[in-house]
Amino acid sequence: MRAYVLRRLWQSALTLLGVSLLVFVVLRVLPGDPAKMLLPDGAPQSAVDELNRQLGLHEPLHVQYGIFIRSVVRGDFGQSFQYRAPALRVVTERIAATAELALAALILTVAIGVSLGILAAVRRGTRYDYASTFLAVLGQSLPNFWLGIMLILLFGVALRWLPTSGFESWRHIVLPAITLAAFPTALVARLTRSSMLEILGRDYIRTGRAKGLAERSVVLRHALRNAAVPVLTVLGLQIGTLLGGAVITESVFAWPGMGKLVVDAIFFRDFPVVQTVLIFSATIFVGLNLVVDLLYTVIDPRIRYS
Amino acid sequence: MSRVDAPVTNSGAGRLSPTALVGGILLALTVLASVFAPVLASSDPVKPSYSRRLAPPWGIGGTSAHVVGTDNLGRDILARLLHGGRVSLTLAAISVVIAAAVGIVVGLVAGSGGERVDAFLMRLADVQLALPVIMLAIAIVAVVGTSPAALVGVLALSGWVLYARTVRANVLTIRRLEYVEAAYTLGASDVRIIVRHILPNTLAPILVIGSSQFATMVLLESGLSFLGMGIQAPRPSWGLMLAEGRDYLSNAWWLATAPGIMISLVVLGANLLGDGLRDLLDPRAG
Repeated sequence: MRAYVLRRLWQSALTLLGVSLLVFVVLRVLPGDPAKMLLPDGAPQSAVDELNRQLGLHEPLHVQYGIFIRSVVRGDFGQSFQYRAPALRVVTERIAATAELALAALILTVAIGVSLGILAAVRRGTRYDYASTFLAVLGQSLPNFWLGIMLILLFGVALRWLPTSGFESWRHIVLPAITLAAFPTALVARLTRSSMLEILGRDYIRTGRAKGLAERSVVLRHALRNAAVPVLTVLGLQIGTLLGGAVITESVFAWPGMGKLVVDAIFFRDFPVVQTVLIFSATIFVGLNLVVDLLYTVIDPRIRYS
Repeated sequence: MSRVDAPVTNSGAGRLSPTALVGGILLALTVLASVFAPVLASSDPVKPSYSRRLAPPWGIGGTSAHVVGTDNLGRDILARLLHGGRVSLTLAAISVVIAAAVGIVVGLVAGSGGERVDAFLMRLADVQLALPVIMLAIAIVAVVGTSPAALVGVLALSGWVLYARTVRANVLTIRRLEYVEAAYTLGASDVRIIVRHILPNTLAPILVIGSSQFATMVLLESGLSFLGMGIQAPRPSWGLMLAEGRDYLSNAWWLATAPGIMISLVVLGANLLGDGLRDLLDPRAG
């Protein structure tokens, strides 16, 4: 167990190191003249020279990468010139909004996705099954930027029930959360269905029914707990989908989170902020997946990694 | 004379489900409509015509000259949808092929190379998965520009991991099968084993991944174009049309609605086809 935890920690650290290398290549090596790109248009030559010296751009690439890593580890992600503040602070100020949206979407995903999946599996072959499968296929096929706009059109423009942009009250989160949740909900519903169907066919479920357990207890306590492992894995990987989906959802609804920040930063060519958001998202993804892997051992006591 | 038994057939397997067929037809129709765009839509998809701006679709106040209406610059929306389809579908198809090729090669190398090569390549796959595709994509596009070649590169870069992991897993399994070990013992080369035994056995899952990845690529391309980082105006692109239509939601809802329906149809078609192929070719995957 301890060896397993240590190995996963080591792998996560390696992955993050790889991410930093990829970000370094994309933002420092690909552009050719990064100092010009990292500075706003029309910056004086003295500023370009100063940044060149600061970033060590006259050094060979591996030395530059060393400098880059050292400053990132120290928490120095450079200055955002759009906001004239440290890029790290600009990004951390936006994380709460994205976390709020992602959490709301995650709650919708688990609540609706798992319920639909259980319903479809328990009532296999009935119209409940077909209806939930149809909803799931639909949810996976609607592009979220279009779904968001259609929700705005229906609930904002036509019915005027809900606000379509901004961040003031709980009513503002409803439409973006639904938009962001649609795809992962569909995925979770389908996965829960197939996973439940497999478990419901097992011998110990028949034994449970034979000994007179209530159907509710068979489904929820015996089957669902075992069906949850693959669902949880996919939820972990869906963190990436949520963070990526937030980029588009936040842009559609003017939600002031990390996703909108990175899109705006690209248009302002505010690369220190872009770099910070990339590294942050990857860290969140890797960290949460590490947690999910460790959670397995709690959900499924049979899993004991040596 | 003894009776000859009828040959054993496995009916049931080997037939595409009705929903998968629907998906295939949907996909085929959109592809055909895009290929024949110049024939089907006579209007110019790019040239503005200010005298007929924001005409509603046929049947709700519009005329049959512009079945889906016109946009804010008076361009025929149907013509833009079909020409936009050419761009989106071509980019998606090329990206799927490149991603598959790269993924297959990486998977083969990881599966049949040494332990260290394998570990390195799989960590690389982890790195790729750790970054949300759309964020990496917009960062790259911001640096290298929004040319179609850059778009294809970004899309392909996002897709190789799934193929690589699947091919690798298959190589590791197939290599231990007795007949493959026998082939080794008889002196068959690595290349021969890969070409004769491993690739044919891996084709089915690759096909399944490819068809559902086509859906992902269409979504990703239109998403990037929607954000202004893909196809640039005035070229028609579904994502871009959607973005332009946002400003007219209250007085011309069809601008943003029509391209979304096209994207959804293509993605739905590819997803249904992918699911059907999986059930058909890889029954274990459920």
